[in-house]
Amino acid sequence: MTGTPAIEGPDEAETLAGVESEAERARGKGPSSPGREPPERARSMWSDAWHDLRRNPVFLIAGLLIAFLVLISVWPGLIASRDPLSCRLGRSLDASSAGHWFGFDTQGCDVYTRVVYGARTSVTVGVCATLGVAVLGSVLGGLAGFFGGVWDAVLSRLTDIFFGIPMILGGLVFLSMTGSRSVWTVVAFIVLLGWPQVARIARGSVITAKQNDYVLAARALGAGNARMMTRHILPNAIAPVIVTATIALGTYIALEATLSFLGVGLQPPTVSWGADISAASQGMQFRNAPHILLYPAAALSLTVLAFIMLGDAVRDALDPKLR
Amino acid sequence: MHGEGSSRKVAREELIQARKLLAKSHAERSYAAGEPILQVRDLVKHFPLTQGVLFKRQVGAVKAVDGVSFDLRKGETLGIVGESGCGKSTVAKLITHLERPTAGTIRYKGNDITRASGRALKAVRRNIQMVFQDPYTSLNPRMTVGDIIGEPFDIHPEVAPKGDRRRKVRELLDVVGLNPEYVNRYPHQFSGGQRQRIGIARGLALRPEIIVADEPVSALDVSVQAQVVNLMERLQDEFGLSYVFIAHDLSIVRHISDRVGVMYLGKLVEVGTETEIYEHPTHPYTQALLSAVPVPDPEAEGRRERIVLEGDVPSPANPPSGCHFRTRCWKAQQRCAEEEPPLAVPETFSDTLPGEAVHHPSACHFAAERAAVVGPVET
Amino acid sequence: MSLLEVRDLHVEFHTRDGVAKAVNGVDCGVEAGETLAVLGESGSGKSVTAQAIMGILDTPPGRITGGEIVFQGRDLLTLPGQERRRIRGAKMAMIFQDALSALNPVLSVGYQLAEMFRVHQGASRKEARAKAVELMERVRIPAARQRVGDYPHQFSGGMRQRIMIAMALALEPDLIIADEPTTALDVTVQAQVMELLADLQREFNMGLILITHDLGVVADVADRIAVMYAGRIVETAPVKELYKAPAHPYTKGLLDSIPRLDQKGGQLDVIRGMPPNLQQIPPGCAYNPRCPMARAVCRRDEPPLYEVSALRASACHFWEEMCDAR
Repeated sequence: MTGTPAIEGPDEAETLAGVESEAERARGKGPSSPGREPPERARSMWSDAWHDLRRNPVFLIAGLLIAFLVLISVWPGLIASRDPLSCRLGRSLDASSAGHWFGFDTQGCDVYTRVVYGARTSVTVGVCATLGVAVLGSVLGGLAGFFGGVWDAVLSRLTDIFFGIPMILGGLVFLSMTGSRSVWTVVAFIVLLGWPQVARIARGSVITAKQNDYVLAARALGAGNARMMTRHILPNAIAPVIVTATIALGTYIALEATLSFLGVGLQPPTVSWGADISAASQGMQFRNAPHILLYPAAALSLTVLAFIMLGDAVRDALDPKLR
Repeated sequence: MHGEGSSRKVAREELIQARKLLAKSHAERSYAAGEPILQVRDLVKHFPLTQGVLFKRQVGAVKAVDGVSFDLRKGETLGIVGESGCGKSTVAKLITHLERPTAGTIRYKGNDITRASGRALKAVRRNIQMVFQDPYTSLNPRMTVGDIIGEPFDIHPEVAPKGDRRRKVRELLDVVGLNPEYVNRYPHQFSGGQRQRIGIARGLALRPEIIVADEPVSALDVSVQAQVVNLMERLQDEFGLSYVFIAHDLSIVRHISDRVGVMYLGKLVEVGTETEIYEHPTHPYTQALLSAVPVPDPEAEGRRERIVLEGDVPSPANPPSGCHFRTRCWKAQQRCAEEEPPLAVPETFSDTLPGEAVHHPSACHFAAERAAVVGPVET
Repeated sequence: MSLLEVRDLHVEFHTRDGVAKAVNGVDCGVEAGETLAVLGESGSGKSVTAQAIMGILDTPPGRITGGEIVFQGRDLLTLPGQERRRIRGAKMAMIFQDALSALNPVLSVGYQLAEMFRVHQGASRKEARAKAVELMERVRIPAARQRVGDYPHQFSGGMRQRIMIAMALALEPDLIIADEPTTALDVTVQAQVMELLADLQREFNMGLILITHDLGVVADVADRIAVMYAGRIVETAPVKELYKAPAHPYTKGLLDSIPRLDQKGGQLDVIRGMPPNLQQIPPGCAYNPRCPMARAVCRRDEPPLYEVSALRASACHFWEEMCDAR
């Protein structure tokens, strides 16, 4: 027991008035005068979370960075006027100069332009893979948790099997078998091996939510499976899934870069930070021209960091235990 | 000619209507006060104990409810008391169709509803509602109070036309003593007692005839418990409700109940009116249970004799043979291990007349009255 | 000299939403061999007071902002940490409500009991184990010798609570604080455990502080009762007198609002409203918004603990009216 029952809420005076209305009824007075207080704005978990997030500097920094990243991945032309694929070997490894702030890489391409265009690949892979993982994972995990029994046994074993495959090793095997790889091949691969992480979380939180009395209450009222799932279980089970997915987003971006670095990820002409880092490290060229490694690596680190910070902030805001 | 036909048709329809009304009023009359509205017979619920992950095999069963029978009459409160693990909550879940019984029947107004499904089940649910123990987990934290109390109308749209729901929700809030302006608030903005009122309003929404309340006040503060008990009593009078009131607190059960059933290890061991059970208990378990309850009055406490039971309740997965209570009973003899005592008026009292306080069902071979179990009754 | 004297104790909790005043000037004492029941609802400050006495208050967020806790002549609040720890366990012990979470699930109960003797008395492994068995027999655990190696989850709730009592008794302390020791137990088991506790207390002539919300449990075992509300003691009296003639409207309200086993009643008398938010305790008497007797002075002046008789006190401006009313 602590001194403050958390439930007593923000407005003791008003809640007191609520109970006293019974005393008044008993005395034949009728309900406490309606409309005395304006109906207040509804406050839900989401608005509480948003309220917290807006005041969290970590979220603000991460949010600004991500907004900027999304902006330039949609319209890279906003800050880069050149073509990332027009390269002149003659300027190979040239240092930075006016108009070419980040210098040139081995192929004589403008590093600045390629870093800007690389954001699109990273953001696309990160966002699409996360969406896919979240949807597939929460559907399979949710079904296992909700129906239990044979569903749970089969789906959980399937989850374990996929969970056991190491991402990098799986990438080296699966992706090297594919001929030409686009952004979508990589996304599909990440979804295929990434969903168990979310499925486990989703299963657990669905089982937790399912045990609450309000789910029983809904069943006692005659609610069907669909209503129980959408109205009662999902809204109460979704928060951990969102948190896991947000944090995973950053790691998927890093994973794409890693796969590209290992040569099983994206291929030219797709512009990717991972591929550029790989190219820069070939033959130790970055010793003479560190800028060709530094800039794409910095962009990658910053992006991953931004998404992981976002995930942390979201977790803090949604996790009721920290409130 | 044409007009004559249609008027005859109208007349016939009127007749049918009248007959329906008559039938309905007859049905209502036959379920007036005193008639059982709910009849439970030999209800059994065994939860299988399994081993193995994918291929499960049954290694035993927890006999949570093991042959329970009782009647609930219209407008009355039947209290069910017992210690944790005696199966009283499972009984609640069986009556409200949250669990399917292993065996036995449940009749509502004479109709067997034990295995109702689909539309029939939905109709049953309209008439039998539940109030839960924990006001913190029984309300969905992501829904507003208006949505929580209005949900019954979404599930049973025939009860209230769409335009009418908002008004009905406000009415219900008012009925349970909460400010109707609170419809847009979330459960976490209320105290425990207020949340329990919201839970009661949700249970009332469909205008059920029976409310099964599973420990409705045990999670509340002492000073708030009385408010909720009073509310439930007022609602019973106002809406003619029948309650199955399940609790471990014998004092509250006595306060609210007309009749009381005492459960031990999945069975009812004694059933009777409030006076019969509290002032003339004949089953040793009832006597021990009552004598163990402390009375908030040191002087009355001094005049009571306390029976302290040895040991703990055996596991419902492996209950003792014969009488389940014999392992803790000071009267136990060989017969108790061999022969299960039926729940009936004991042989000892076979010469008493119905209406005498000891003339009530008690499942004990050696049923007897005992002095000063509860203490002298003050008036 | 009293065994324990608490004087004007103040405890605050610093939370995100502000400062919650959990304990606001508690005065109470226990003699050796006496049972003091501290009665209150959730949020009344009864458990916080116990934790402060025991020195196990979570700080932060809790903070003792004033007062003295004098135990056997020494103010515990000014003692250095090491001496405080020596007193805790050896001289005073605590029994918690939830025995399952208070015992370590991965160590056998015998080990946990023996550990007390090995740490505090430097007993050998064998001696300590023998003492553990003896202790388990003392709290009437059947087949103690066979069960000494069992783990907490293998015992029933009542047996676990007995083990908790055994641990508290191990070093024969002078004071035991029991925080809702029987709340989690069934009625029939509750009676066994309460009886055991009362017997042992008499045997060892210990002081016992029994913290509870259950007016029934206290009636039987306590010598004196202190009723707490919003972090203050509002009434203290010998047990019989309190039940017969409460001198504070809150005590009276509580007694009237609980249904009694030995009476069939109609409408219960209700205390309206609910316990106050500790961040916004009403000015004047904290009980005034719920009190049927409240007058202007109650909203303005906080009542001191008036002396009703040599052994009784009530924090109500109108205690004389309460006493005359009967």
